[in-house]
Amino acid sequence: MDSILRYLGNAGTQREILDRLVEHVYLSLLPVVLAVLLAVPLGWCTHRFRWLRAGLFGVANVVYTIPSLALFVLIPAVIGTQILSPVNVVAALTIYTTALLVRPVADALDAVPAHVVAAATAMGYRPLHRLLTVELPLAVPVLGAGVRVGSVSNISLVSVGALIGTGGLGVLFTDGFSRRYPAPILVGVVLTLLLALVVDRLLVLVQRRLTRWARAGEVTGG
Amino acid sequence: MIEFRAVTKRFDDGTVAVNQLDLTVEAGIITVFVGPSGCGKTTSLRMINRMVEPTSGTILVDGQDVRAADPPRLRRGIGYVIQQAGLFPHRTVLDNVATVPLLSGWSRGRARHRAAELLELVGLPAELGRRYPAQLSGGQQQRVGVARALAADPPVLLMDEPFSAVDPVVREGLQDELLRLQDELDKTIVFVTHDIDEAVRIGEKVAVFREGGVLAQYAAPAELLARPADDFVAGFVGRDRGYRSLSFVDSGEVALDQVSTVAIGQPAGAPTAEWVLVLDEQRHPRGWLPPRSTVEGAVTEAGLTPGGSLYQAGTPLRGALDAALSSPSGLGVVVDERGGYAGVVTARQVLDLIERARPTATGAERGH
Amino acid sequence: MIFADMFAWLADPANWTGPAGVPARVGQHLLYCLIAVAAASAIGVPLGLWVGHTGRGGLLLVGTSNSIRALPTLGLVTLLYLVAGGGTGPVLVGLVVLAIPPILAGTYAGVQDVDRGVVDAARGMGMTGWQRLWQVELPNATPLLMSGIRSAMLQVVATASVAAYVGLGGLGRPLLDGLRVLDYGQFVAGAVLIALLAVLLDAVLAVFQRVVVPHGLRVVARAAKRPASANRSSQPERTGDAGESGASGDTGAAGTTGESAAELAIMASRRETGGSER
Repeated sequence: MDSILRYLGNAGTQREILDRLVEHVYLSLLPVVLAVLLAVPLGWCTHRFRWLRAGLFGVANVVYTIPSLALFVLIPAVIGTQILSPVNVVAALTIYTTALLVRPVADALDAVPAHVVAAATAMGYRPLHRLLTVELPLAVPVLGAGVRVGSVSNISLVSVGALIGTGGLGVLFTDGFSRRYPAPILVGVVLTLLLALVVDRLLVLVQRRLTRWARAGEVTGG
Repeated sequence: MIEFRAVTKRFDDGTVAVNQLDLTVEAGIITVFVGPSGCGKTTSLRMINRMVEPTSGTILVDGQDVRAADPPRLRRGIGYVIQQAGLFPHRTVLDNVATVPLLSGWSRGRARHRAAELLELVGLPAELGRRYPAQLSGGQQQRVGVARALAADPPVLLMDEPFSAVDPVVREGLQDELLRLQDELDKTIVFVTHDIDEAVRIGEKVAVFREGGVLAQYAAPAELLARPADDFVAGFVGRDRGYRSLSFVDSGEVALDQVSTVAIGQPAGAPTAEWVLVLDEQRHPRGWLPPRSTVEGAVTEAGLTPGGSLYQAGTPLRGALDAALSSPSGLGVVVDERGGYAGVVTARQVLDLIERARPTATGAERGH
Repeated sequence: MIFADMFAWLADPANWTGPAGVPARVGQHLLYCLIAVAAASAIGVPLGLWVGHTGRGGLLLVGTSNSIRALPTLGLVTLLYLVAGGGTGPVLVGLVVLAIPPILAGTYAGVQDVDRGVVDAARGMGMTGWQRLWQVELPNATPLLMSGIRSAMLQVVATASVAAYVGLGGLGRPLLDGLRVLDYGQFVAGAVLIALLAVLLDAVLAVFQRVVVPHGLRVVARAAKRPASANRSSQPERTGDAGESGASGDTGAAGTTGESAAELAIMASRRETGGSER
């Protein structure tokens, strides 16, 4: 306990921890944002063009079998970045999260009742307008669930990047281990858990705001 | 025989599903529990095999208090069919049907042999036994559900809205099938439905439940339609119950009148003061020519006044009255079993027949 | 360039022999993974079955297992290693903790997803609680249960590299040693070998899944893929299906990891709606 307080009391380590935390947030959540931007159009394509389905889902599944560490390393060989650049981590996690989200998005769009789509069309919505204002909002619960899982697993995965020298809270683990000093490791573990918890709660709040209609239905229907 | 004695079911949240139910289900017939949702009909059914435990009161099956038996053992002796059939998706149709015999300790061979017999009994081809439930249509699945419930030859069969998930045409077929089976098997069947038409169609006795789990009336279908116990039952059996009760009045001999007819493609002849019925080559009615209508050349399908519903001779009088009322000429068209023109009746003739049939319609038991 | 270096490293016979050779490293990696997934299954499957069967504690279970998902394995392993003073134990504990949530969630979701009508019918026909669990719930839960195990295996194979970080063996060794001495050929070779092992193990589990998942459930899965069959009750008699059942085995590696991703999403959404589910 003492050693942890002593560790946390140092102004230098405080700044270090804060920097690592910010880095961790950026490395783990930027991919989620990018993945949503990628997965929605991709999911819509598989929903709209059925023949894309098998191919795109197949690719997503294969991507999912590639270990994160291997992907961190293979990205530079493919896109020509520096081998230890944080861009690799962001790119790798973006690919994972996109692979995670495409299918639920497509399934959610498929699940929008045909009569709702027909009614929107009959009222004169153009396809893009209909997608943005009718179909996507109805897909939010599924998308939200996927985003939450993606965020939490990214927050945990980024730490592994520390093995190959990328930043984030994982650096506290390698740092503490090489100095045989448990305090930074413990702090890193706790911060990772807290970060995951806070991000998850925030996402729940956002999702609630976006899906008032769903709960309205629950109250009257249930 | 199944007896409910002052049975009450109050759920944990305080809602009373069944309130002081006293009811005796007779052995060997189909008894239907019917009512709006939340009336306790399903809860009452599920208390018989202890899927739900009553809060107070007693249920006796053939004189035995159901609480005396170990629930799984009790249930193996009572057939149970539910909506959507609830077939085991991981087992073949044959093994699904063999479930209860296997649970009761039969050898696999004997259980499968019995299961094959039952598939035949419910009218399914033997090769369906090797399939999985997902490979069957809704109607077939429901038949398998019935076969599975009958496998251990239980004296009592509980059916909880078994046909409500299939479309109307298939449902009617399944209802006929059940009546046919019952003629053969004479089980004590308790059948739950929310559909009053289904209830009067298949039940020999019908128990109408109202909200709050109260028994509103318990009677034979014809009785229910003719003399509902109160406003609730009258409202539930429907606005045109008097008319629908004609479903239970056999037509007897309807004296048919004849009208002038003309075949499509033939010249209409001189205008008359009468309606003229137009037939096709198979003598199926196609429509009417109004009085004093003049037709140039041959009669064609176009320009005919459409006819009303057709009444097939020998079926209940409900159809005859409808045919007369829906016909533009006031003459109900009667056809034979192949749909060919046989004659016409007026509403007055039908009403006279109903009047004559009345004494027997109210008192008599309804035969199948 | 990088791949050329990799092939050069892989082609060097010196890297294929002895205690530091590729076969020995693969063997060590495999051993960690199998032990970890076996132990996690021994904990996760019974727990998931029990909670799914009784319906008690589901909310707590899903909440806890989602928090465990956020636990960084590297941190856990290094911390335990320092506290325990070394050994293989900390690495295995870290991997087991990593593997439990997907297995637990898959098993629980599998049991929960069994059609309520099917369970009701099983009870109504007189099955006892155990008979229901063994004869109905477990067989019907196998697809999701297996996808949970496969998803756990993938994560464990990827993460077992941490063993090398605390001085043990496995395929993390060429990866981390290569990084330390800036031998990128060795580094990439390590990464590629891990990826290959992951794909291979997943394929083996896919075969195993084919064996344990009852045939009837694959029929269900195929029926569900056809959009028209969504409304099963109004389907006309469908007869052509039985014949093609023999050729339906291709739900392998591709099919199920995606399902596990979808299942993850299901689990997270369940946590939200769980309250209204009773």
